[in-house]
Amino acid sequence: MRLGQTPWQTVGPFFHYALPHPGGADLTAPSEAGARPDLVAPGHAPLPGLSAATAGGEAIVVQGRVVDGAGAPVPDALVEIWQADAQGGFAGGRHFGRCATGDDGSYLFRTIRPGRTPGPGNSLQAPHIAVGVMGRGLLRRLVTRIYFADDPSLDEDPILALVPPERRGTLLAAADGAGGYRLDLVLQGPGETVFFDI
Amino acid sequence: MGLLTLGKAGLGAFRQALSAAELRVGPDGRPAARLPCPLASHILSIRMIEPDLFAREDDAAHPASLSEAYRSTALRSPGHRPIRIPQTLTETSGFTDWSQACAVGSADLTRTAGGEAIGQRILVAGRVLDEAGRPVPRTLVEVWQANAAGRYAHARDQWDAPLDPNFTGAGQVVTDDDGRYAFESIRPGAYPWGNHENAWRPAHIHFSLFGPAFATRLVTQMYFEGDPLIALDPIAQSVPAAARDRLVARFDLGLTRPSYALGYVFDIVLRGPAATPTEA
Ligand SMILES: [Fe+2]
Repeated sequence: MRLGQTPWQTVGPFFHYALPHPGGADLTAPSEAGARPDLVAPGHAPLPGLSAATAGGEAIVVQGRVVDGAGAPVPDALVEIWQADAQGGFAGGRHFGRCATGDDGSYLFRTIRPGRTPGPGNSLQAPHIAVGVMGRGLLRRLVTRIYFADDPSLDEDPILALVPPERRGTLLAAADGAGGYRLDLVLQGPGETVFFDI
Repeated sequence: MGLLTLGKAGLGAFRQALSAAELRVGPDGRPAARLPCPLASHILSIRMIEPDLFAREDDAAHPASLSEAYRSTALRSPGHRPIRIPQTLTETSGFTDWSQACAVGSADLTRTAGGEAIGQRILVAGRVLDEAGRPVPRTLVEVWQANAAGRYAHARDQWDAPLDPNFTGAGQVVTDDDGRYAFESIRPGAYPWGNHENAWRPAHIHFSLFGPAFATRLVTQMYFEGDPLIALDPIAQSVPAAARDRLVARFDLGLTRPSYALGYVFDIVLRGPAATPTEA
């Protein structure tokens, strides 16, 4: 007999003192393991950065805003990412990032440009970052992906191929010319981000 | 998983071998029986990573994104249905052992160096399981909640109820090898919110869990058995009726510590292994 899944509930507006841990939005360096290192006994180990597993990886900034169906910024969202290292692997290091949006709805991650990771069958996926968006007014997590608009392997990606061509642009972060990428996460309405059922 | 170490050239050669085997035809023009293939074990490897590893989120268990009664969902719920994609290594990988990362958690929210928090002491404990009933070991459980008066230690909580300098309001624990967790807290108060006239959130504790993969992430809220506000709360009521009780902790005399604190049991079930066709 299978047990029933525990239901999702909104993260609410008051998670900031409990979830975003210091350094959690920077995958290139170690971070605290929890939001309140002051409450944790001395001697706990911080979470390592991605760098140990990503020799030669390209450090990048990925940023944007979370906006609602009226185009207004969402200042109380929590954006989480999960990604491969520069070699496309998931062994060692911290592949996880967490960032609360600012008053202007902005999020910003410092990370390593991910490598290509296996897809279904014998396919290879284009470099991508998995994204989870939570917040007040979001009863369950919204899951999406960030791809890189300038990546030559986008056409080979088996997941992008499942997205109607006219909506693929909502998943492509544009190079900002300064070593960074920018993509807004649009919860609703024109330009609505493609969300995935995983 | 050994297949994942093959380079692209290796995959290409394998694809060719597979095509040759599949395209072989008999004298009548119909496909002949497949020849034994030296790469058969690799075929099995491929097939093993093809199907979903985890059961999908069950729509009979979770709220829809849009809830008319919960007004903040109106502009924050997508208009499109999410696009179903296969689970890849991205979705099926995750933290499998948090015990080293935070060996000593903060499992006691009820005291600071300055003294003890005010309110009814409670112990909250349970197991984190998957749908198959297997424990989810060494996974991080983060909790946060209002104090006994219903006030969060959060700058944006402007409700005029007293703060408690000795209530931390947040904690984190890692499940043991049997998926068990426990923490000590203060029973949170209900608090008003602006969703509708005379709206009050039932007493609740926020929970955040990872489980073994990106796909198994869960953020939820735990309510208390017998609270009349649950039936009036749009957030609790957003859950399909058949699954709503899963969010309600039950009082447990066995967990209750004599002359110290009331015990509440709250088990949490994360997405488990996908059902195989033979089970269906
Ligand atoms: Fe709350």
